[in-house]
Formats: sequence, C-alpha cells, structure tokens
Amino acid sequence: MVDVAIIGIGIHPFGRTDGVTGLEQGVFAARQALKDAGLEWSDMNFAYGGSAAAGAADTMVSKLGLTGLQFINVANGCATGGSALQSAYMAIKSGMFDIGMAVGFDKHPRGAFTVDTQSGGLGKWYGDIGMALTPQFFGMKIQRYMHDYGITEDTLVRVAVKNYRNGAKNPNAWRKTPLSYEEVATSQMVCHPLRKYMFCSPAEGGCAMILCRADKAKELVRKPVYLKAVSVKTRPFGSFEVFSQSQALERTDTPPTVLASRAAFEMAGIGPDEIDVAQLQDTESGAEIMHMAENGFCKDGEQEQWLRDGVTEITGRLPVNTDGGCLANGEPIGASGLRQVYEICAQLRGEGGERQVPRELKTGYTHVYGAPGLSGVTILAR
Amino acid sequence: MSAAKQIPIAEGLFTWPSNDPRLLGSRCSACGIVTFPAQKSCPACSGQNVETIELERRGTLWTWTIQGFLPNKPPYIGPETAESFRPFGVGYVELPNQVRIESRLKCKDPSKLRIGMEMELVVEKYVEDDAGREVMAYFFQPVAER
Repeated sequence: MVDVAIIGIGIHPFGRTDGVTGLEQGVFAARQALKDAGLEWSDMNFAYGGSAAAGAADTMVSKLGLTGLQFINVANGCATGGSALQSAYMAIKSGMFDIGMAVGFDKHPRGAFTVDTQSGGLGKWYGDIGMALTPQFFGMKIQRYMHDYGITEDTLVRVAVKNYRNGAKNPNAWRKTPLSYEEVATSQMVCHPLRKYMFCSPAEGGCAMILCRADKAKELVRKPVYLKAVSVKTRPFGSFEVFSQSQALERTDTPPTVLASRAAFEMAGIGPDEIDVAQLQDTESGAEIMHMAENGFCKDGEQEQWLRDGVTEITGRLPVNTDGGCLANGEPIGASGLRQVYEICAQLRGEGGERQVPRELKTGYTHVYGAPGLSGVTILAR
Repeated sequence: MSAAKQIPIAEGLFTWPSNDPRLLGSRCSACGIVTFPAQKSCPACSGQNVETIELERRGTLWTWTIQGFLPNKPPYIGPETAESFRPFGVGYVELPNQVRIESRLKCKDPSKLRIGMEMELVVEKYVEDDAGREVMAYFFQPVAER
C-alpha cells in the first residue's frame, strides 16, 4: 500500500476572534494549508472536516469553491480533528485518492462546555443534578492517580507553568503571557485538586492539512512530513472515562489511550523511546501527566521526577506540548487534534521559531482525547 | 404540617417511595457484571440477559472532587443562584462486589474527604419543581465516626 505524507499545513490563530465565524477560521486555515503546499483548492480530490459547535464543515465549499469534490463531515468529540485526519489517511492509503484535505475548526461560547446529556446517551437527571461536567471527571481521575502513584500538586503546577511558557513563544497561541509558579499554585480552585490555571478553556480556532501519496510528495514540496501511523480507539470495558455514571470494579490496564498508542507504535514499527517530540492532550495539567504514562513514555509515578528534571521542556529529552498545548491555545473541539499535528510538522520542518526544539528531530507524536472516552494518536517522521 | 408530594429525579434510579431506598442496577446473568443505572444489556459481554437488582447502600470513597463553580443552567436544575452557590462534592463510591457509583456527596470540605472512607446512601429532597413537588435525588454521605 502507498504511504501518506503531509505536504501543507495551515492554522488560524487560536483564542478569541470576534467577528470571524468558526467556519471562516476553518476556511482561513484551509487557504493557508493550500498555499503552504503550493496547491489550489481545485487540486483536492477530497476533504474530511468537522466542528462541534460552529456548523457543518462541508459548507465551506461555498467559500473555497464548488469543485464537486467528496467532502465528508466528521463528528467525534474532542477527537474530531484526529478522526478527520485518520479518515484522510485511509482515503489515500486505500489507493482511492491521491490528494486531499483534513480540516477542523470551532467557536465555543465562554465558560465551561454545556453538555447535551441526552445526545450523549445519558439520563436527563445526570445533567439536572450537576454531574455532566468534564472538569469534575478530570479532577476525580487525577485525584485517584495522585493517590495511587504519589504525584503531588507540585507536578500539576509545573505542567501548567511549562505550557504557558511555551505558549508565550507561539504567535498562534491564545494565552501568550507566561504565568509564574505562584500564580498557578494560588489560582482559584475549580475542581479539586485542579485550579483555574491548570485548566484549558473552550475557545476558537481552525487548522487544516493537505495530505497526499508519499511517492508524489517530493515532487510537490521540499519538506514533506510522513504520517507513519494513525490510530483511533474507543474505551474498553473497565476504563475510567468522562461521563461514567458507574465504573466496573475491575480496571483495565488498557484504557483507550493505551490501545491507540500501542496500535500506532506497532503500525510505525518504532517504540516510545524513539520519539523526539510529542503533543499530549492537556485538557488540564492532570491529563498531560497521566497521558505521559498512558502513551508509553514513562512509568506511572515517574512524571514527578520528569517534570522536576525538565525532561518535557523544549530543551529536554522529550519536549511535550511545545506550542503551549490546550492550556495556552484553548480548546476549539474540532481544531485541537489538528493543531497538535500542525505543531509536530512545524517542529520536524524546523519552522518552530522561538519554540523550535534546538536539536535535530526525526520523529514526532500526537495524542488527543475526547468524550465519551476515545483517543487518537499519530506518529510522524521526516 | 402537610407533606409535599415527592417525586424521584428519574424513574428507575432508586426504589421509591421507600423508607429504605436502594439504588437500582443491573446484573448480567452471563458474566455477573453489575452496572448503574440499570440497562438492558451488559457493557462487558454484550449479553442481553440482565436482571435489575437493588444495590448495597454502603461503600467506600474511591475518588472525589469539589465542584467549585455553578454548573450551566440548563442542564443544571439545582436551586442555587450565582450569588448563593456553594461548592459541592462529587465522587465515586465503591459498593463491595458490585460497582462504583458516581454521586454527589453530602460533604464539600476537602479536608474531610479521604479515599477509602466509609460512605452511605441517602435519598433526600434536591429541589422543588414548578408544581411545588419535592424532587428526590440520591447522595452519599460520610458514615458518622463512632
């Protein structure tokens, strides 16, 4: 089967852009990605795209051009962008198409996400009583993890400080002001043990990629990035996931992130120690900590030492969330997963600007997590 | 004092009316897995032969958090306003040999919550609906130290 390359990347700055719809931010990112690849919209055989709250992605054809291409909408919670990419990957891998686009965008109102319990397969009572809130799950999952593996609040603070520091070096980030340890550690408690500045916020943004057959990539661009693996997995029985009204007593040792990660490493034929730079879903500080272990980069409990030693800093052995992650970029659901891939492509191409990892990079990794318990992983290489 | 009419927050969540209400779960006849709320198939083995059972009313706290801001209305129907809101506890309570239940907790003080502590079920008035009926919901509270 053919391999797949990413030959164009585009992004609309994340954060708040008043007066610009989510769809327009997606169109902006799409045009940027086309320009980056030196291609026209009419060159696209297909597109997969999605948003959670900003309308149907396929309506962007009326702005980009009515070329008659196959455009399929994707809706997969926070893994929407990752799922669009996975679909585009398969479309090329199958041999059906040579070149196409994955695009994601969103625009959410301020404040915590409002959850539609009934479309989420939950009873109305669950929202009535005040349990249909993602921050509660994040608080409860890290609370148990800290208890089981001796992670302390210090590590929660360090993750946030690192990601805001990285965000300050990223012109497309929402939050470009570094926060001190003190500011994070004393910010308002939101869902114990997680404080205000340990959480990302719903936001806006758009992101797009152009994918093509790997054997054509070098003819088109100077620095293609190869998509070595893409994997999306849902929750198996016995994992602790968001919006679980109950949990089984037996716990699986393969939650969805572990399943997706292992499948991706197997597909790529490399191991976690061969990854040079990673983007791990950091909906809040606790998520990044747990995802370091679930993706196979460290053992449960080692994160405490890793953060203290700066292993995941831009200058460390495994830089994590070099663009500031969700904490500094916010969470536009449809775009987040693609933002992660955008950043890895930028790093592998040596175009990370002030946040560029100061050594040669060959491989990168992205991981996105979404409700009601699914994970998407990609492995990329130069 | 005239007793207000009481209704459960949802049918089938717990036995009601009752002097000793119990949460209702389902147990799979094939693999024995218990789920809450009761459902018609088993999430573990996909079996469709499940029975509704009354769950234990005591268990231990498995994890917890404190909800620190007023949830969006809707879907939230709690009686608080932005001014009157006080944080509330949420956790998972492990019922021996059955299942862990997600529940609001009758405790909002982080210094009084500890993983592994004994908890017990209470069903009590949560809010009044527009018709003046008391909407009853389940909570878990720390078992009083003796």
